[in-house]
Amino acid sequence: MIYQDSKVLLEVRGLCASVNGVEILKDLDFTVKSGEVHAIMGLNGSGKSTFAKVLAGHPAYEVTSGSVLFEGQNLLALKPEERARAGLFLAFQYPIEVPGVGNGQFLRLTYNTVQKQRGKEELDPLEFDDFVRDKMKLLEMNPDFLDRSVNEGFSGGEKKRNEILQMALLEPRLAILDETDSGLDIDALRVVAHGVNQLTTKDNAMVMVTHYQRLLNYIVPDYVHVMEAGRIIKTGGKALALELETRGYEWVSAEHQAAASVPV
Amino acid sequence: MSDATALTPAIAGRYLESLLAGQPQRAASPLAWLKALRAEAVERVGALRLPTTRDEEWRFTDISLLGKTSFASALSATYLEAADVAPFYIEEATTRLVFVDGIYAPELSSPNAGSGTHSGVVVSNLTSAMAAHAAAIKPHLGRHAPFTNDAFAAQNTAFLHDAAVVIVPRDVSVAAPVHLLFIATQKEVVSTPRCLVLAEAGSAVTVIEDYVVLYQPRWQEEAHFTNAVTEVVLADNAHVTHIRVQREGSKAFHIANCAVSLGRASNYQSVSVALGARLSRYNLNVMHTAEGATCALDGLALISGRQLADTHSCIDHAQPHGTSRQLHKCIVGGSAHAVFNGKVMVREGAQRTDARQSNRNLLLTAKAHIDTKPQLEIFASDVKCTHGATVGQLDSEEVFYLQSRGLTDAAARNLLTYAFGAEIIDRIPIASLKQQLEQTVLEQTASLP
Repeated sequence: MIYQDSKVLLEVRGLCASVNGVEILKDLDFTVKSGEVHAIMGLNGSGKSTFAKVLAGHPAYEVTSGSVLFEGQNLLALKPEERARAGLFLAFQYPIEVPGVGNGQFLRLTYNTVQKQRGKEELDPLEFDDFVRDKMKLLEMNPDFLDRSVNEGFSGGEKKRNEILQMALLEPRLAILDETDSGLDIDALRVVAHGVNQLTTKDNAMVMVTHYQRLLNYIVPDYVHVMEAGRIIKTGGKALALELETRGYEWVSAEHQAAASVPV
Repeated sequence: MSDATALTPAIAGRYLESLLAGQPQRAASPLAWLKALRAEAVERVGALRLPTTRDEEWRFTDISLLGKTSFASALSATYLEAADVAPFYIEEATTRLVFVDGIYAPELSSPNAGSGTHSGVVVSNLTSAMAAHAAAIKPHLGRHAPFTNDAFAAQNTAFLHDAAVVIVPRDVSVAAPVHLLFIATQKEVVSTPRCLVLAEAGSAVTVIEDYVVLYQPRWQEEAHFTNAVTEVVLADNAHVTHIRVQREGSKAFHIANCAVSLGRASNYQSVSVALGARLSRYNLNVMHTAEGATCALDGLALISGRQLADTHSCIDHAQPHGTSRQLHKCIVGGSAHAVFNGKVMVREGAQRTDARQSNRNLLLTAKAHIDTKPQLEIFASDVKCTHGATVGQLDSEEVFYLQSRGLTDAAARNLLTYAFGAEIIDRIPIASLKQQLEQTVLEQTASLP
């Protein structure tokens, strides 16, 4: 939701980033204020997922120019774990399986690590068990998932729920959901979306990176951005997503090119 | 190995004999057959030499360092307080045999004599068990682990005066695991632990073979030499779970032979974990002597510094309808060196054999080294056999995933390394031992590479 005079959480200016010498993000500008829900849409290869990974600090991507301020501090100077502790969260498109590590242990480890860094109280296994089971109800997750290895053998939907569960535990200021809707059936999508909506407050913000409008029926964005060739070429309200759904992306691209070619 | 440092056969032969010479005088065994067995082994010790890297079976493992160190048998038993040994006890185990520097320690053990007990299960040292159970022991002791061409098995057999003996009578299922605990306490001592596990038809038992050290603090950095032989015999339909933990000191030498004989439709489950020793070698040979037997051999070697851990396994499908599963993992840090040689033999006529083998290795540093040699030899036509080996570093996507959840790069790497090993530890069906080893692996991986 858009609030008057809310704080700027994320300010991206002129961001350029490349992977293996290939430039993917080209002069990207993007601002998020607290309380807001943003959707970044675009075709495959437009740079959406790269943008999400660059924000989270993926080592394969090199930032070649531009700046990113997160709550006023230089995000690009922070290591991935420092970004997480500062309140940035990335829900992965393809969550990683970690055989041999119990999900419950892993969740407690990450929770306590982040709590400690934030100067808050850590929970012992029993306290944490109560706490996490409560959060799991929100996502209609079976507590059996605590005893299994992290994401191992989870279905696509289960992995995504586990991502949102981590988000619920870590309470980020800014959550980036990378293709969270992909691989979900409609029931799972509804549950995940409900969980995300429950976690939205006026002090945090969400950025959904998505290919399809479907998710936006359940998590209603304040802003919809269209990405193409590594930059945002159009920004609108939630109606833009519906328009993209019916008309496709070509018209946005054409409009953008026309605007760019107008002589000054 | 350069020739300058190589042991010549003559020196190596003398070395083995010198170990024998250090043997304390003992009362002569009244059993002629045991005496004959030892004499035969002594003869082999005289004829054999220590293997070198020129021997195919020892290509990757240079044991010349062992030959440069002199060892003698413990002359007297070290007295250990129960309180010192208690941390090694496994709470689930109700019977326990403890050997200190190779010498049976009755005051620390909880045996089961067999005859007086309801079930007839024997958990005893050999000298105590012999009188009542010689008929059961004689056909098997020294009959499954060949020593004709193995210098170490020969040396162990030449020293064979006592042993840990487990006999499970027909159709008896032993609920609690049996703990065989071997404690090294003295430097420059050679011990020759010996185990015999006889699971009679339809019986079931879990045996933990556990090698630990309890050095005096000032001997912490000193070497001892363990040369173990274990024989496990499964009669028809018997079920044995064999957990082996090698957590010797960082300067120790540990060489072990284990021979397993599988009867018809028997089931042998083995998890072996190698954490300690400067140099360790484990030969595990499993023979399918009858139809329809099943075995699973899982192993983990977690080593760093200058350690060397070598596992040589051989699963011999000599009979049809056998199943074998093997997952062996190595985590190698520092400039350590792991060796895996896994042979699966499917003999002519062993139709419908189903054998799967996998070896996965994690190298944590540029200097860490692994030699892996899966060997599949198939002489039957109607079989299902697969094998594979992988060598790799930690996956950077996995590291990033954990970092994005707030863990430092180092913590993420430690957790992933731990998880790699935990997959094997998880297969140990004894909760307290599993927990203990998970803790050890967690601590060791936290200090790697």
